[in-house]
Amino acid sequence: MKDRRSATRRFFEVELPVLAILAFALAPYVWMVLTSIKPQAELSLWPVRYLPENATLDHYRELISRTTFAGNLLNSLIIATGAAALGLGVSIPAAYAFSRFRFRARRMLMTGFLVINMFPIVLLIIPLFILMKNLGLLDTFLGVILGHSTFAIPFAIWMLTSYFNAIPKDLDEAAMIDGASRQEAIRLIVLPLVMPGVVTAGIYIFITSWNEYLFAMMLSGQAVRTVTVALQLFIGEFTIQWGLLTAGGTLIALPVTILFLLVQRRLVSGLTAGAVKS
Amino acid sequence: MRSQSGGGTPPPPNRKLFLTTAAYHRPSRWTPFWFLAPALAIKAAVVVVPAAQTIWLSLQDYLLYEPDAATFVGLGNFRAILRDEVFWISLGHSAVWIIGVVGLQFLLGLVAALLLNQSFWWRGAARALVVVPWALPSVIIGLMWTWMYDFNVGVLNDMLVRIGIIDAPIAWLARPDLALAAIMAALIWQGFPFFAITILAGLQTIPSELYEAAEIDGANRRQMLWHITLPSIADVIATALLLRTIWVANSLDVILVMTGGGPGYATHTLPLYAFVRAYNSMEFGYAAALALVLTLLLLTVVWLYVRRASRDLDR
Repeated sequence: MKDRRSATRRFFEVELPVLAILAFALAPYVWMVLTSIKPQAELSLWPVRYLPENATLDHYRELISRTTFAGNLLNSLIIATGAAALGLGVSIPAAYAFSRFRFRARRMLMTGFLVINMFPIVLLIIPLFILMKNLGLLDTFLGVILGHSTFAIPFAIWMLTSYFNAIPKDLDEAAMIDGASRQEAIRLIVLPLVMPGVVTAGIYIFITSWNEYLFAMMLSGQAVRTVTVALQLFIGEFTIQWGLLTAGGTLIALPVTILFLLVQRRLVSGLTAGAVKS
Repeated sequence: MRSQSGGGTPPPPNRKLFLTTAAYHRPSRWTPFWFLAPALAIKAAVVVVPAAQTIWLSLQDYLLYEPDAATFVGLGNFRAILRDEVFWISLGHSAVWIIGVVGLQFLLGLVAALLLNQSFWWRGAARALVVVPWALPSVIIGLMWTWMYDFNVGVLNDMLVRIGIIDAPIAWLARPDLALAAIMAALIWQGFPFFAITILAGLQTIPSELYEAAEIDGANRRQMLWHITLPSIADVIATALLLRTIWVANSLDVILVMTGGGPGYATHTLPLYAFVRAYNSMEFGYAAALALVLTLLLLTVVWLYVRRASRDLDR
């Protein structure tokens, strides 16, 4: 649709409202970062001073040197990477099957994967806690990784299936007629072509795992505690140390923000594919 | 290469070789299941079996600290739930929570999407940045908003006092009449970008000829919105509403971080109450029954969503 409005009118009718929405969307984030670089003395001023007068990284230094936060960051990194690896490891073959084979249970299984994620986590967390306890997997990396990858698998499968579908079936069939085995056709022809999808799905699983709180809290103790759980415990511990808390929040939020902005366009088209028919 | 060899094939030159390779590669009935086995196994172990166990647990009086003393009580837990005042309070809060959060997320997302669909030079940046809240962990969201709501030095009280809307700071999260609404605001903030990008994707599929034709016929902007835009994205909106309802109904971590359900029962929703009974009082049997009730209540919404999502799976 051609926009016949004047530049001024467009500014007031479109750009200004968009600015307002962006301000609303980003203000809490900006406020967290600003708080984290204010010295303690400026945090208890009333009326509030919005911009820091003497910006400092003291809270970050204190957080890293005096708390377990650095270790928690490492735990989260291990768990999120492990969840992405395991999640991709099972999602890629499953998506290949959904894309390349037509079998009787296909529709049922695909919807099954979807339905399964609609169950409240509360419903699963109770028996899972008992199960992990019996298996000796409480407070181990494997326990949390298993849980996190499971939550992300359905979406990863659906997204990867649409990526596989975008590659003509003839391509790998031709390779197999020329004598390649199915494994070779997948490894040499199909996988390289779906790589963008694999990277997007991997980053999606990483972000979901990095952000997850409830499950990590139930299944991790001190040994593998993730950053989200640690930060929540800090809230209880140092009630008024907002400098430390916001520094921790910033350190947790920055990596996911960057990763998210990197794959945003592809991730969003994958996420909305279920809602929008092309 | 014979690209059309998938279905009915013309006889290939080297018929013998073709037959052997084709026979070698013809997937057996079980081939797809080999590819699916890992995903199915992990899903069964982490979701299906626990879900089934929850049903079993809900029929027992199971306390985590004395699992051996668990007794079978049949539907006793469910009968107790119906008499449980806190259940009814939580159910009421859940209704307010879902309608308020999903409704406002939708309205805000719709407005954002309509604006982001206009053309202006920094549109790309605006579209990317508006999604940021949605990528953040719930713990951080809880933390940010708790800090902004702070009674003594919170920026929200500060701004409202400066503008003159309130005379004195308000303890947002400690007042039973305000706490739920305060948390809902945080969740609306987090989730409106989802509606914005979903609806925006829907808007982009509307052919511009429709608007051009309407313009020739003399339609104004409001008429175009009502008669072209909204009907065209009704389908997208319905799917997004269903999906968000399920997520919002199940979400409890932001509440857990901000108030833990308090003050009193002021911010108890159904999943939160189930979690509190499991985690704080270790009454796994009763909590399992509560979680099942929530699942049953959501089942219709899930069914409607799945039916839409799987509509064109067989293409």
